[in-house]
Amino acid sequence: MRLHIPIGLGFLAGAFMIVQFFVPHPSFEESYKALMDWTMIIGAFALVLGLQSLFRTHIDKIRRRRQGYGYSFVALISFAVMFMVGIVHGAKPGSLFDWLFMNVQVPLEATIFSLLAFFIASAAYRTFRARTPEATILLLTAVVVMLGRVPIGEFIYAQVPEATEWIMSVPTVAAKRGIMFGVALGVIATSLRILLGIERSHLGGGR
Amino acid sequence: MWEKLLFFDRRIIFVFIAIAVWVPFLTQLELPPGQTNPRTQALYDAIENLPPRTPVMVAFDYGPSGMPEVHPMAKALTRHILSRNLRLLGVALALTGPPMCQDAFSSVSQDLDKQEGVDWVNLGYKPQPVAVITQIGEDIRRAFPEDAQERAIDELPVMAGIHNYDDIGLVIDLATGNTPGAWIVYAHGPYKVKVAAGVTGVMATDYYPFLQTGQMIGMLNGLKGAAEYEELINHRDLGTLGMGSQSVAHLLIILFVTLGNVGYFAFTRRR
Repeated sequence: MRLHIPIGLGFLAGAFMIVQFFVPHPSFEESYKALMDWTMIIGAFALVLGLQSLFRTHIDKIRRRRQGYGYSFVALISFAVMFMVGIVHGAKPGSLFDWLFMNVQVPLEATIFSLLAFFIASAAYRTFRARTPEATILLLTAVVVMLGRVPIGEFIYAQVPEATEWIMSVPTVAAKRGIMFGVALGVIATSLRILLGIERSHLGGGR
Repeated sequence: MWEKLLFFDRRIIFVFIAIAVWVPFLTQLELPPGQTNPRTQALYDAIENLPPRTPVMVAFDYGPSGMPEVHPMAKALTRHILSRNLRLLGVALALTGPPMCQDAFSSVSQDLDKQEGVDWVNLGYKPQPVAVITQIGEDIRRAFPEDAQERAIDELPVMAGIHNYDDIGLVIDLATGNTPGAWIVYAHGPYKVKVAAGVTGVMATDYYPFLQTGQMIGMLNGLKGAAEYEELINHRDLGTLGMGSQSVAHLLIILFVTLGNVGYFAFTRRR
């Protein structure tokens, strides 16, 4: 029963969504709107699962004194502070919560993300080698696109932006469309497998 | 000699990159973006052609990590939309979006003497992008009965006469994730509202197919897209300022890749 009821519910909900797409009757449209409302409500519960995971991971790390467990204290205290500030003062624009977000979270997150520039430069130097004809084409294409994405490329050679635009609009789109078709077919196949109960890994127990 | 070129200490690269980014930034090296990309021009033209007081919806689907690339776009678009006397509605499908929206709208509206609630509104965040986009198609009040300041949107003059996509001239998604795809499928597809996007440079390739099919009318591509837009509205700001750092950093990376390859070929030939 623990397996068959979720599979049955999933089949009914999925079958309804497919059928309603092709039936322009008001009752189907109203049911679709109601299901969309449910989706938003259920989606909010994902936050609860996220919180549970956050606490479990960090508390476990602190309890076992794993390497870097001090950072787990920082994570939990930061969460508690933001939670309390949000509950007491609200999260409206201009509130203390908003101030903390803009003056603590924004610079911290931007700093972490900016480290990417250093690692990309280092990784490009170490790995971008013209070892094969394919790698050479990739390398030259990357150089043209990198130059085309900055004004200095146009100063070096006036046609660089046009060459970049051609690379983006023709070979890249051709490859991208192929990938998109592949992904779409994969999504349809996986969805059908889930609706028919063939694919059961999302229920937490293999096939 | 060649081995040295092959095995640079990565900290040397880090120092050079830091200098390449900081020096142009601190010296305010302004490099005009040059030719305007046709995708940027298309978005600019679409806004230019909207009648006064037409509502434009901007979705803030990015957070602090995407700010350096996407926030200059948000400010340039806000400036253009408000200066054209259009109504500006900000929504967020990303949890970190509302503060981005508030910062862009409030800072630009102060310059242009535009009023919150009259000329623009920040409607805040709602979870589940597909559900929110679909609900706006039925009635925006289903998804956003109140704005981020918890005021009923029916009390705001900026929302007068706006019910669904039929009343909205253009939707622009500023994103670092895959939400532009959701706007194309669930807003443009069934409701035929015009959709455009502003995305990071690495994401732009994902949306070129939709530009070619006309499902998206325009796109700002990375920091250069922001700089091009600033040039079009004649207001140079962070996008243009960033072009100096980005130009020097790109040249430096190309130089390092070239050195690595020179070292690699010389080393393998000797062996």
